[in-house]
Amino acid sequence: MSWQKLSIKFHLLTLIWVVLLGINTITWAAEDKPMSEMDHSKMQMGDENPDAEEVDHSQMPMGDESSGDEEMDHSQMQMGDENPEMQEMSQGSMQGGPAPDNARDPHAYSGGYTIGTKDQRLVLADEYNFNLFLVDRLEVANGSGNTSVNYGLQAWFGRDYNRLVLKAEGSVASGSLEEASTELLWGRALSTFWDTQLGIRYDNGEGPDRSWLAFGIQGLAPYWFEVDITGYIGQQGRTALSMEAEYEILLTQKLILQPRIEVGLYGKDDLRLGIGSGLSEASAGLRLRYEFRREFAPYIGLEWTGKFGKTADLARAAGQDTKDTRVVAGLRFWF
Amino acid sequence: MRPKGSNSLILPTGLTPDKSRRHFVQGLAAGGVLVGLSPPSWAQQTSATTATGTAPVLSGTEFNLVVAETAINVTGKPRMATTVNGTIPSPTLRWREGDTVTIRVTNQMSVSTSIHWHGILLPYQMDGVPGISFPGIPPGSTFTYRFKVEQAGTYWYHSHSAFQEQTGMYGAIIIEPRGGEHIRVDRDYIVQLSDWTDEAPMTVFKKLKKQSDYFNFNAPTALDFFQDAAELGVGTALSKRKMWNQMRMSPADLADVSAYTYTYLMNGSTPAANWTGLFNPGERVRLRFLSSGTQTFFDVRIPGLEMTVVHVDGQDIEPVTVDEFRCGPGETYDVIVSPKDETYTIFAQSLGRTGYARGTLATRRGLSAPVPAVDEPEWLTMADMMGSMAAGGAMAGMDHSSMNMGSNKVHVRHASTEYGPSVDMRVDTPRTNLDDPGIGLRNNGRRVLTYADIHTPGQNPDPREPARDIELHLTGNMERYTWSLDGLEFGKSTPVHFPYGERLRVILHNDTMMTHPMHLHGMWSDVESADGEFLARRHTVSVQPAQRVSFLVTADALGRWAWHCHLLYHMDAGMFREVVVA
Repeated sequence: MSWQKLSIKFHLLTLIWVVLLGINTITWAAEDKPMSEMDHSKMQMGDENPDAEEVDHSQMPMGDESSGDEEMDHSQMQMGDENPEMQEMSQGSMQGGPAPDNARDPHAYSGGYTIGTKDQRLVLADEYNFNLFLVDRLEVANGSGNTSVNYGLQAWFGRDYNRLVLKAEGSVASGSLEEASTELLWGRALSTFWDTQLGIRYDNGEGPDRSWLAFGIQGLAPYWFEVDITGYIGQQGRTALSMEAEYEILLTQKLILQPRIEVGLYGKDDLRLGIGSGLSEASAGLRLRYEFRREFAPYIGLEWTGKFGKTADLARAAGQDTKDTRVVAGLRFWF
Repeated sequence: MRPKGSNSLILPTGLTPDKSRRHFVQGLAAGGVLVGLSPPSWAQQTSATTATGTAPVLSGTEFNLVVAETAINVTGKPRMATTVNGTIPSPTLRWREGDTVTIRVTNQMSVSTSIHWHGILLPYQMDGVPGISFPGIPPGSTFTYRFKVEQAGTYWYHSHSAFQEQTGMYGAIIIEPRGGEHIRVDRDYIVQLSDWTDEAPMTVFKKLKKQSDYFNFNAPTALDFFQDAAELGVGTALSKRKMWNQMRMSPADLADVSAYTYTYLMNGSTPAANWTGLFNPGERVRLRFLSSGTQTFFDVRIPGLEMTVVHVDGQDIEPVTVDEFRCGPGETYDVIVSPKDETYTIFAQSLGRTGYARGTLATRRGLSAPVPAVDEPEWLTMADMMGSMAAGGAMAGMDHSSMNMGSNKVHVRHASTEYGPSVDMRVDTPRTNLDDPGIGLRNNGRRVLTYADIHTPGQNPDPREPARDIELHLTGNMERYTWSLDGLEFGKSTPVHFPYGERLRVILHNDTMMTHPMHLHGMWSDVESADGEFLARRHTVSVQPAQRVSFLVTADALGRWAWHCHLLYHMDAGMFREVVVA
């Protein structure tokens, strides 16, 4: 790929990032305006496109399950054909989707009044900030000939539909930081179960540091799969894509089995970090935790990791293993 | 302490503290220290210990109430409660219809407070909702409520500030009719049901925001699945779960807060403290149930006794005899019982089936009857998700044979703001079946009260044709723990304007899988059947999942009023509207 092409690609992706940032900002600003001053129908229109986009994203990891047509078929199977009206039934129509043109204006009953008076105005928790600090994985991993301490956490601060999101994961071995990736994102609710995220990522550890613009989507796919997909644009035309999916199987109310997969792809070689373009790394883990309290759950598990394609070639050339299976033991906690 | 000029047959024993509870002070489940009935009890605040059990009675036209933080020990851990005159429940206020009452409320706390008179018609400035009707009662100050009492019956009052209702600030109001009490009984007891948590209520709320199923330990598990697969076959077990899982909704989502943190109280007494009301066999006993749980629906029964419901939400109703009734936060139900044996258990299990409040009716102190086991929690049905559409469905786990969902011909108009992140489902075919007792009570072999059974005697009190329809949808997103109306939380909302003097129709349409007790301040909600027939005058209207209920309002009370879900955490999350009557 020529420099020129890469440069075009970089600019295009940056442009997408800026456009997404713009959409987020505009819709967010519109949302926080006093309702009487705005054109509600327009705000609604603005929401339609992102909603359509959500379906596409969720299809990526999940196959076709989230497509409206598919769900309609399922529901028909589910409900039988006894009731002809059932034909019209679909979960697609019960959740998400664009508002129809004839949808009711929620401010139609206001008679021009606004809440509160000059002197007083009730403020409820929808206007409070909340926060979460979740360390999903803090573990010792023991593989073939190496032991490391790994962490993966996500924190947020803010309100129901707009929040500051911190994501970090990394690995420490032999007392030194091998790799760390830290993201600071603006999370904005896009639809019922999905948030868009826009921000920056910073990688450090062995080898040179890298910084990226990040744009992604995180949420809950049908059947309760927690999905996180983020695209990155770095310097010198670097691009990357990270996909994660988690699932929680309740063996009992407190004993929970959590399968997790993570895949990393890169648009370009980064030889100093041993990264080749294309599918680079993947991992699959299975962790069994016991929630003594919701907030405090020790776990044990297994994690398989592998390097692929050119990344694997680079590893082999450096005399490293390309596959590893590790036993992990750690703690999941939040506050 | 007898009500001034009362000619009722209420016996003083009915409203005096139950001294036998003293021995529970030593028990694990002791609910505080009894200070007895020495008016004015706020003078004893120096003890700073909360008295629980039957509340002291204050009557007349002048009242002094002191709000303070007082010590309490419900579960073995000392905590601070928010109390009126140092008791839980707060003192019972006895008024007379036609009197003008003056109530001075002094705030001895370091935070603002308020008292809302639930179900009472009054000038809006006296309604006691900070930010809507007045600025609240700041620390160290006294606010004087004064209004003419224009109604009679059983009501209650509570704080409308922050989460003070959760920490103990609720009490009964009994208003004697102008012509004297006409429901003749030998004994008259208040039975106030509530929920207590040792956690700060805001901590509970924050947990729900972080993990909305935090308190739910009845979630479907893999083990349940294998049991179902063994019993019903793999195909049925899968299909039973498929739609729920596709939609990312939990069929076990019955209640947000459970006995994991809650202790359920009857007149401020824990189940172990066993609040007891005395009777002599053959007497007629009136039990005034006040549903003051902040996040709890109670299903009430007295095994061995049928209950005749005579008075609901401050209104006499045509008597209806049942074995059980469900009361949502805010609602009140007065029943008459005629106990003949020695002892009966008053059993009030939570809708989520995680615990219960319990007390005893007995011929003498120290007796108790067997306490039933809490029923197994049921899964919500397809009818609770899809309304009448599910009527012909073949969904496993749903008994639809006896359920008539009601017409699904209604024209549903979802708000444009119901298509965004604040809403997790929309019901296109709501059910209008008011004769459904609700999840957990269907076909349980007992006669269970339903909304279709509640009839205020006489005709529609305002037979004018409604001038307009106001359709509001009850909405939420359980995953995000957001609660709203029409998909808009309070902060983003605009008021609902009721033109002064108009008769109008309100349609509440529940697009969630929880029952919401909707409380309109300042005006009655005249509930009607799906056919438009007047049923009952209410102050709190519970709307079941995927259900549509309509009622008529006469907008005769000028001012700004609150209208909200009476589940406290839903209200605080934003399931709240301001109503402007002008």
